[in-house]
Amino acid sequence: MKIIRYLIQKEFLQILRNKTMLPLIFVLPVVQLVVLVFAANLEMKNIKLAILDEDASISSLKLVSKFNASPFFSVSQSTYSIELAEDQLKNNEADVVLHIPSGFEKEIRRDKQTKIQILINAINGTTAGICNSYITSVLKEYNDYLNIQLVNPELSRNKGLDIVSRFWFNPDLNYKIYMLPGILVILVTLIGMFLGGLNLVREVEIGTIEQINVTPIKKYQFIIGKLLPFWMIALFELGFGLLIGKIIFSIPILGNLLYVLAYGAIYLMVVLGIGLFLSTLAKTQQQLMFLVYFFMLIFILMGGIFTPAENMPQWAQNVNYLNPIAYFVKTIRMILLKGSGLQDLIFEFVALSVYAVLILSLASWNYKKTN
Amino acid sequence: MNIIEVNHINKSFGAVRALNDIKFSVKEGEIFGLIGPDGAGKTTLFRLFTTLLLPDKGQIFINNKNVVKHYKEIRHIMGYMPGRFSLYQDLSVEENLQFFATIFQSSIEENYDLIKPIYSQIEDFKKRRAGALSGGMKQKLALSCALIHKPQILVLDEPTTGVDSVSRKEFWEILHQLKEKGITIVVSTPYMDEAGLCDRVALIQKGRILSIDTPLNIEKSFPKHLYAIKTKDMHKLIHDLEKYQYTHSTFPFGQFVHYTDKRNEFNIRDVYDYLEKNSHIQISIDKIKAGIEDCFMELMINQEEK
Repeated sequence: MKIIRYLIQKEFLQILRNKTMLPLIFVLPVVQLVVLVFAANLEMKNIKLAILDEDASISSLKLVSKFNASPFFSVSQSTYSIELAEDQLKNNEADVVLHIPSGFEKEIRRDKQTKIQILINAINGTTAGICNSYITSVLKEYNDYLNIQLVNPELSRNKGLDIVSRFWFNPDLNYKIYMLPGILVILVTLIGMFLGGLNLVREVEIGTIEQINVTPIKKYQFIIGKLLPFWMIALFELGFGLLIGKIIFSIPILGNLLYVLAYGAIYLMVVLGIGLFLSTLAKTQQQLMFLVYFFMLIFILMGGIFTPAENMPQWAQNVNYLNPIAYFVKTIRMILLKGSGLQDLIFEFVALSVYAVLILSLASWNYKKTN
Repeated sequence: MNIIEVNHINKSFGAVRALNDIKFSVKEGEIFGLIGPDGAGKTTLFRLFTTLLLPDKGQIFINNKNVVKHYKEIRHIMGYMPGRFSLYQDLSVEENLQFFATIFQSSIEENYDLIKPIYSQIEDFKKRRAGALSGGMKQKLALSCALIHKPQILVLDEPTTGVDSVSRKEFWEILHQLKEKGITIVVSTPYMDEAGLCDRVALIQKGRILSIDTPLNIEKSFPKHLYAIKTKDMHKLIHDLEKYQYTHSTFPFGQFVHYTDKRNEFNIRDVYDYLEKNSHIQISIDKIKAGIEDCFMELMINQEEK
């Protein structure tokens, strides 16, 4: 016990002395949280709309004014030539082109139906999709107006199905309170997996492991002494990040904060276990960096932080059973935003615990074997 | 009594045979030197008996205990100083020492007497980071750390490599002081001139032991007459001697070329005449006593002929 305590003390001494590591641990999370949460935002405002109104009638003006009234669109250009409008799209001066052909009003009055053309820049498929749904909602509004005006004025009193949506757990669809827990998860994972693993490989790289190995120190003491400091630091970061979230972004904390920390504690054991395991495969810090990076990227992109994991194909969702980030992201969001308790997250609790035991045993076994 | 017993050890790394049927023993309380050039297998051998590597074949006994089976006990009685500085560069002198004392479940105070002669020389710098020490001081710190748990056996892998000659001399004095305190010392070195400072030496080359004896006996066992030859044009001298029909061996040694003849009985005048015929001037030929290095070269030639 005395040996482990001294090892941990030594580790903290080295961390605090490391002029690059210290700011990495304490400043980086703040910067990342503040910058990334604002940046990783899928909300679309000010979609640049180019209007090509060849009809120039009362009806077409009415349609344009509907777009003008929407907070999502800003009309960047009105033109009368399809070439000019397309150029705008090509030059990134417009995201969307609304093309109202001539005869628009005439056809509405005569045939009760007509066509318009929408061109959307779909380099980024996600934003194009969101754009499209905004446009559809504006057009629907215009359609309702036409129905009332032209087809049946009675409809104004009897509109049929009137859909009113309410967004549960995030009524304002505030993107930040959804992103912050996700980015916090990335952060603590980074600290655990990178720093823990790097610290172990460093001993090999600078040769101190040679001197340690001839001492009667036991492997488990050494591993605990090496990993525990980073477990503590990462757990501290988790709490620190939540505090920043509360102060700067006023994220709701509906559930019990202790649950978040408890799940975090188990999750970090998994992360450190993976770091330890990867460190047994690497001989230099450089090799380890690449190994960790490889897994981190997969874990992050598949873990449901940026895109909902439920939308992924089944095989990918099966892979996610091995992805610790997927468990913790789900857990932390459910506890914070939904107020879930232990009984709602029992599967994640068991899965993470089993994962922690397995990966730590595997890593320790492999560690013993290689040294 | 033999404190270390090495029995027919073999160790290969892939296709490279690092150690080939090594057998020797070390007596309690002696300074045993392992002398050989880089790549001879010295470090591999040390890593085997400090329990860091497992042999492919053969056994090593320390205090009659097999190092593979009883590695835990061995680690308590062994102090190891690797060839490469392996302490924490970002910890101070004192913290390093404290660290190793703690993991051996000891304390600096407990064994201060043992390390005092060495540690007192660097104690003024105890707050300085180990990484900021000079080479000689680093080495003293490493030795202090290897001694802090009062080991019975001290294993030093090339402790004097890259150290200036004054510090080397100091270091050997320290080793002799430690020997007085009853510590068995096994030390490796690529410097032949340090062989004379050991009680017994093993000459090792390409994973094989060439000879084991006291340095004096090894020198005495030199089988040939040895001559130191010098002329004005040393470069030409080496060439001409290599071409000479009776040359057994010829090696440049500082200002001289050490020469042995194929014949057991001969007149050194023959060599003189041969050189003169090849237009050498200022020729000097002296009969000398063989040193460890001459013995090493001679043994190497024999090894290659086999």
